[in-house]
Amino acid sequence: MNAISRFKRLLLLAVVVIPGTLSRAEYADVVINNRSEQEGVSPVIYPHWFHRIRYQCSVCHVDLGIQMKAGGNGMTMERIINGEFCGACHNGTIAWSVENCDLCHSGLRGLETGIRGGHKTGGPGIY
Amino acid sequence: MKPLSATGITIGTVFITVSSLSADKWQLLKEDGLHDPSNPSLEILQEPTEALGALQPDSAGNKVNWVTALQAGEIHPRGNLDGDKVSEILELDIVMTATTPLRHVIFPHKPHTEWMTCSTCHEELFVSKIGANPINMGRILAGEYCGRCHGAVSFPLTECDRCHSVKPENITTAPPSGAAIEREQ
Repeated sequence: MNAISRFKRLLLLAVVVIPGTLSRAEYADVVINNRSEQEGVSPVIYPHWFHRIRYQCSVCHVDLGIQMKAGGNGMTMERIINGEFCGACHNGTIAWSVENCDLCHSGLRGLETGIRGGHKTGGPGIY
Repeated sequence: MKPLSATGITIGTVFITVSSLSADKWQLLKEDGLHDPSNPSLEILQEPTEALGALQPDSAGNKVNWVTALQAGEIHPRGNLDGDKVSEILELDIVMTATTPLRHVIFPHKPHTEWMTCSTCHEELFVSKIGANPINMGRILAGEYCGRCHGAVSFPLTECDRCHSVKPENITTAPPSGAAIEREQ
């Protein structure tokens, strides 16, 4: 095997392996960082995939009134503790309660609010 | 320059296979580029592979065909917080014919109403009136109409044929765009 063919094999390795190992969020993960870092905690990562296995879309987006716009709901911990938004379930009865900060505030610092991840497309431009 | 040897091609094939398998896997939370790997609570959160690996596969989105997964009974998402609401399924297809040169669009209410109530889309996103919704791909790509979900949580907008599914000649008398049609089985 001469040097050129070894180089080709390395090139092939780079082309076929590197794209498969890049980190990416799961399709439809939502980052919410309107206030989190300003308040000294990590951004929230909301996984749609986890929740849609358990609830239909309209439970949150109609019954709970959560607008389909990342960061557009004016969520605060006070409102969540009072039973709005996530707090309708995350109250220690249906799902874990709000004392478990790190389970939701689990994102890397510096992330911008928005919908993430995705195979082929990264989601709508303005939502 | 020598051609690639048989060994080189074999190794390349193995790499391609490994790569494609790797691309089909769901990322570990600590490696997904969003979660903070130093957060000890990640061990408590469910990994996508555990939840999604058993569901109907898809080639796009998060690699789950959520519609068939629900229809196959693999998941049972509740219709309200108490879980006692029965979904109101609407078996009504809507045709959109102003799609030249692409195929016409068929919008099936059935799989959508299995996931959502009428008010999720009507009347804010879509007016329930033939011809009253000036839908185009630009607006959809910007997150309006179908694009509020498709490209975000539902199959992405690169899957053209899933919506643009009917050749114009297969509709003998072109109905006005937005009309309800009978789908040929």
